[in-house]
Amino acid sequence: MAEEKLTLIVTRQDSPDSAPYEETFKVNYRKNMNIISALMETQRNPVNANGESVAPVQWESNCLEEVCGACSMVINGEPRQACSTLVDKLEQPIRVAPMSTFPVVRDLVVDRSRMFDSLKKVKAWIPIDGTHDLGPGPRMPEKKRQWAYELSKCMTCGVCLEACPNVNSKSDFIGPAPLSQVRLFNSHPTGEMNKSERLEALMEDGGLAGCGNSQNCVQVCPKGIPLTTSIAALNRDTNIQSFKNFFGSDNAH
Amino acid sequence: MENREFFYRRLHSLLGVVPIGIFLIQHLVVNHFAVYGPESFNKAAHFMHDLPFRIVLEIFIIFLPIIFHAVLGVYIVFVAKNNVSRYGFFRNWMFYLQRITGIITLVFIVWHVWETRVQIGMGTKELDYSLMENILANPVIFWFYVIGVVSTTFHFANGLWSFLVSWGITVTPRSQKIATYATLLVFLAVTYIGIRALFAFV
Repeated sequence: MAEEKLTLIVTRQDSPDSAPYEETFKVNYRKNMNIISALMETQRNPVNANGESVAPVQWESNCLEEVCGACSMVINGEPRQACSTLVDKLEQPIRVAPMSTFPVVRDLVVDRSRMFDSLKKVKAWIPIDGTHDLGPGPRMPEKKRQWAYELSKCMTCGVCLEACPNVNSKSDFIGPAPLSQVRLFNSHPTGEMNKSERLEALMEDGGLAGCGNSQNCVQVCPKGIPLTTSIAALNRDTNIQSFKNFFGSDNAH
Repeated sequence: MENREFFYRRLHSLLGVVPIGIFLIQHLVVNHFAVYGPESFNKAAHFMHDLPFRIVLEIFIIFLPIIFHAVLGVYIVFVAKNNVSRYGFFRNWMFYLQRITGIITLVFIVWHVWETRVQIGMGTKELDYSLMENILANPVIFWFYVIGVVSTTFHFANGLWSFLVSWGITVTPRSQKIATYATLLVFLAVTYIGIRALFAFV
């Protein structure tokens, strides 16, 4: 019995500096396959459509349930997670390429370091350490916790940066994901105590001002995070902060 | 200079509305007097021309804000990598059109200021109805003016939308959506005033 085959066209790159090229694979089809399991077939049998033995395709993946953000790639032109993209719902041939916003390490593996650097830049954490036990923090209203939880779903997958026209090699804009994290940590009752530090980081070059309101980010976010609402809310917060800083206010801490 | 981007971008957004947007509406409304005849237009144009401290008003309300807005605007156009073919969302198209109309508007304004204000300033042309009548008598120039005016009013109306976002006035998706409809009405109204005045000269 002839097995059903699936055509997978992978944009490959052997090293960070070498030129990308496309390679076609015919992989054995199984029911309910996702892109990861299709790629695993190319590892199991690393032979391309011309019958040549090639190096197995490299990619990153971890949780396989769309919460870690590692397996983002451009599938049929759309940046998304390979784990939650089902083969049965795609048009064939399936084209898989690395995200173009990030430097390619090899094949589909990209280096998302810039996103983690941005999280450091905007201080996306809550300082709780003291020289002694500081005790419990203030309570958080349940209603606020509910919308803040939506912001906490960000998995630094990079899809919003990939879709943003202002995130590119000509601009130093940090992109939507780290901006929204500032809103998350500023909404936390303890995190709020360092609110101005995060807002001031957003007012530096490459920060919030780089947003041009194309609003692609909110359309493509796999977790449905209200990124553009976060950006507009931060526009308001940074404007107020800059007025406080310039004109002076007892609340400018 | 380091870390001035935030301030410059906010200033850019503000200047587009105040004073440039206000000036645009005033300019198109004064032009609209042409609809009531040459006499009416000349009276309105001369009233504006004879305003006290006119040169100061021109420099601080018109020339300097527009030059700043244009210089930073061209830079903003340059740093975008437009992707409407891959992400054909409505707002992404508006983002793209804002940049295209910005460039068209800049070319149009430079041309228009050269033909009118600069010529009048050098004393080679007189400020009156016949100046515009002669310019717009050429059909190519007339349609260039129509495109220029529509491009300017679009850039203003859509810029008003992003002004509301950049200044943190419209935060929720609902308020942003209603602002889209409101600025669409602004676009239609201001375009009507501008285009109707153009047709009054032919």
